[in-house]
Amino acid sequence: MTQTVTQNALRYLPLLLLALAWETTARFNIVDSQALPPLSQVAAAWLDLVRDGELITNGTASLYRGGAGLLLAVAVGGALGLAMAQWRIFDMFINPLVELFYPLPKSALIPVTVLWLGFGDGSKILLIFLGCMIPVTIGAYNGARGSDHALVWSARSMGASRLRMMWDVVIPSALPELLNGIRTALALAFILLVSSELIVSQKGFGYLIGYLGSTGAYEGMYAVVLTVAFLGFAADRIYQFLMQWLLRWRE
Amino acid sequence: MARVEDHNTLAAAQADISQDALRRLDNVFRTGAGVFSILLLLIAWEVFARSGRVTAFMLPPFSVVAERIYADAVSGELWRNLGVTMFRAMAGFGIAAVGGITLGALMSRSKIVHWFFDPIISVGFPMPKIAFLPIIILWLGLYDTAKISIVVLDAIFPVVTATLAGIAGVDKVLLWSARNMGARDNAIMWQIVLPAALPQILTGLQVALPIALIVAIIAEMAMGGYGLGGAMMTASRYANSPAVFAGIVEIAAVGYALIKIMALIRRRLLVWHEETAGH
Repeated sequence: MTQTVTQNALRYLPLLLLALAWETTARFNIVDSQALPPLSQVAAAWLDLVRDGELITNGTASLYRGGAGLLLAVAVGGALGLAMAQWRIFDMFINPLVELFYPLPKSALIPVTVLWLGFGDGSKILLIFLGCMIPVTIGAYNGARGSDHALVWSARSMGASRLRMMWDVVIPSALPELLNGIRTALALAFILLVSSELIVSQKGFGYLIGYLGSTGAYEGMYAVVLTVAFLGFAADRIYQFLMQWLLRWRE
Repeated sequence: MARVEDHNTLAAAQADISQDALRRLDNVFRTGAGVFSILLLLIAWEVFARSGRVTAFMLPPFSVVAERIYADAVSGELWRNLGVTMFRAMAGFGIAAVGGITLGALMSRSKIVHWFFDPIISVGFPMPKIAFLPIIILWLGLYDTAKISIVVLDAIFPVVTATLAGIAGVDKVLLWSARNMGARDNAIMWQIVLPAALPQILTGLQVALPIALIVAIIAEMAMGGYGLGGAMMTASRYANSPAVFAGIVEIAAVGYALIKIMALIRRRLLVWHEETAGH
């Protein structure tokens, strides 16, 4: 136990060193303290932002947008991918469109969603939904296509209905790739969320970062940037645990 | 006996040929369906936009958008914006590629370098680096240096992790025999380790390339100025929806071309590798 603790401490020591280097360069004014406020002041600014509710209200707005967009993307994208793997006709006509939109740099959709739905929640949710759908679709499609044909045939010959088979055979075997696709979508959701809020928004993390930056409250700006970065990291870690738990039946 | 075998190989060859023909026919059919569904999408776009269900502001007809792209191409605006965006994305991608492969190689060779960078990479990779954009603007201003820097910051992570994984997967027997034959560390790195890790490194670059383009466009949207992203944002502010949609079509074409070129380069570089054998 103590051994793993020391191992972990040693492993993450470089991050602590970086934090110390940050604090000292800022404290001794090696760089302009406007451009790099000391970490301790950033932490104090973070506490202030939490206390006056700024960080919480904007954070909830962001998480709501990200969550809603991502959920829609997983539901629609997953269903589309499974349908493409099951029915040849879907495959023939939808697949070229997926291939066409797959390489589209998703950030190009930011101005369009603003054009359609304005500056509020709707445009962000639509952006995240559209941007995150394709990796999920591709994951579901590849996973379901790779599912063991022998299993599918035997399930069918035993009289399983198409839906039943989908649920019991195809989805479980598609799960690893589907979950990987969702992981990509999760990372993409954070990127699209923050960048769209930075560019046009009236609330949310990105808005708060831009607002604090424009008023010269750089300690606060750093605090929010680090919060978003940490949330992205934490979301990925939690998702990885969830993935392992969902896939625990595999050998 | 010999004749029977002849017959068998002949039959096998014929079966092969017909299989091949079938596959080719299937390919033609698939390409046809692909072109057809893209055409269908464009026609649906045109018809829907003209049907009066949506305003021309919400969705301008494809023909109007195409006209706008043509006008931009003739006036030279398109090539200027395209050039600027490609320069930023490719400069950032190039730096991320060289830096990422170098860092990955150094990490795999030196324990100290590995110890220092490993937690930074594993914590930094899943972070939305784009959130650091305002800090980069604060440090570097609004010009190319800042835009290229944010591209590098975002695109370097997949390259480093892919290089690390690729090098870790190199066959140890290859290394032992090379060392046995007296190869030096540098020669081993350049002639054995990097070529053997190349497929994975290229995969990392294939992940990094679209990221570079996405981030370059976001940076242009946030900071303004020339470039495809900046032009789209200006168009959006002036409610010029044909120009916004023209931007999407242009950016989609660039993204598509880049991914195809990258796949082509991969096939060229890996001619010797078994993964290309089927082509």
